[in-house]
Amino acid sequence: MVTPLKENELKEHVIISYKPNAKYAYTAGQAQSKYLMGFKEGKIYGRKCNKCGKIYVPPRMYCDECFRPTDEWIEVKDEGIVMTAVASFISWTRERLKEPEIVGVIRLLPSNDRDFVYPGIFHRICTTYEEVKNMNIIGKKVKAIWRSKEERKGSIEDIQCFKVI
Amino acid sequence: MKVNLYLNKRVAIIGAGLTLFRRRLLETPQEIAWEAASKALEEAGLELKDIDCVVIGSAPDAFDGVHLKGEYLSHGSGGIRKPVSRVYVGGATGVMTAIAGWYHVASGLCQKVLAVAEEKMSPARPHPQSVFKYIWDPILEKPLNPNLIWIFAMEMHRYMSKYGIKKEEIALVSVKNKRNALNNPYAQLGANITVDDVLNSEVLVWPVQLLDVSPVSDGGAAIVLASEDVARRYTDTPVWVEGVGWTLDNTEWPARDLSYARYVEFAARMAYKIAGIERPNKEIDVVEPYDPFDYKELHHLEALQLAKRGEAPTLLKEGVFDIDGDIPSSPSGGLLGVGNPIAAAGLMKVISIYWQLKGTAGKMQVKRPVHTGLAQAWGDLMQAGTVIVLRN
Ligand SMILES: [Zn+2]
Repeated sequence: MVTPLKENELKEHVIISYKPNAKYAYTAGQAQSKYLMGFKEGKIYGRKCNKCGKIYVPPRMYCDECFRPTDEWIEVKDEGIVMTAVASFISWTRERLKEPEIVGVIRLLPSNDRDFVYPGIFHRICTTYEEVKNMNIIGKKVKAIWRSKEERKGSIEDIQCFKVI
Repeated sequence: MKVNLYLNKRVAIIGAGLTLFRRRLLETPQEIAWEAASKALEEAGLELKDIDCVVIGSAPDAFDGVHLKGEYLSHGSGGIRKPVSRVYVGGATGVMTAIAGWYHVASGLCQKVLAVAEEKMSPARPHPQSVFKYIWDPILEKPLNPNLIWIFAMEMHRYMSKYGIKKEEIALVSVKNKRNALNNPYAQLGANITVDDVLNSEVLVWPVQLLDVSPVSDGGAAIVLASEDVARRYTDTPVWVEGVGWTLDNTEWPARDLSYARYVEFAARMAYKIAGIERPNKEIDVVEPYDPFDYKELHHLEALQLAKRGEAPTLLKEGVFDIDGDIPSSPSGGLLGVGNPIAAAGLMKVISIYWQLKGTAGKMQVKRPVHTGLAQAWGDLMQAGTVIVLRN
């Protein structure tokens, strides 16, 4: 029969901590590199498959429906519609945050509200907890707030957040 | 969708074992696996020497900090000097473990298979949340410093906004499942709570609150699967695996509508096709949908075609999914009530249906006679769906 430990019993045991010194240099690849370089110019690039018409944002060099190369680069707007938004009161280590972090998913334009699959981005949304809680923010049109040109590094962080326009 | 499948043998489940689901078990993962596996063998009336092949299910290694989980668990799972394989598709792993056990037998490769799922979620410090960070895309997502609950809160809020569903309606799942878990001797969090308790619990990531989520748990589960001729020699009440299905959607979750679990629909359609089920809401007598979050049970009931899109909350309110309703859902108490040792929780769902169909579910037993049941799990970046249909 298995045996659960109580919190205080846990403290009586020896705890072995181990912190690996692991570093990674990830490869962005062709599609994501162009995407990240686009951020430096304040642009959002996608790839289009001319066979099925699908636009990939984040971009992909192949179409997963047609299983063939995507055909061309296209630029989508740095504007879109908020599909969902949430307010986090906990950090990634589950510590309590005083001010919530607000993030969500934006369906970038041009796209259609009937699309199940669309060009999309996951990012911060500059809005209030109240707007998240009463769900007013969902469905609103937002635009990227870019960092100044000098600050941009070719990273998702080149966008500060998306703000209602 | 088109599924080209050629089955060789009919497969039955003839034994199952579960450990208690608890936070911070003293036992090692191997000891937990051993306990579940021995109980399953005992119920089947078999010894380890009778087993041809072993299947192990354990979610990605980082979850409990032990690498090569298949190799690590192999002796506790009875896999030494036998063909052993390990499967994992995040949270969908538990049902995938049963499916992998099934195809070992259905193909004719093995006659008797032991399938074991184990997870020990509590060792991570300061909290299991911190290891989950490694599921996010390293370039496009990790810089935003996400925690795992973000992603499910985003899905929940999308589901709520698309269909105008209120938090009160979703909280009823947590109320129902924790109440059902009071009847489950293995459960960690059986309780009589109210909708208000859920709505007043700590806000983690709005709209997700503490009582909307399953707890951190350790635990093990195991089943014995056998081909038809073997099963009939060992039991008068075999429970047949009538259909299985599993699919992955893409990892680009920000680029598809999160209001509907397309991956579960595809898996369900495959399982229904194999089982010859045409009207799931009329033919499924009892269901164990995956419920690590309360909204997830509703989301999954819709993708399983047991409710129309956006209508699961209404059916829930009408009592359709209660233990004495038309389609009892999570009579075990689900993950919200029993606990969530990831892979073991999914296999627990399969075992719960198996016991219902065998008529040995004890206080959990659904009152009406049941003949066809379904268990489902979901995992990875909202992309993996696994479904199994059982019949007595
Ligand atoms: Zn295409």
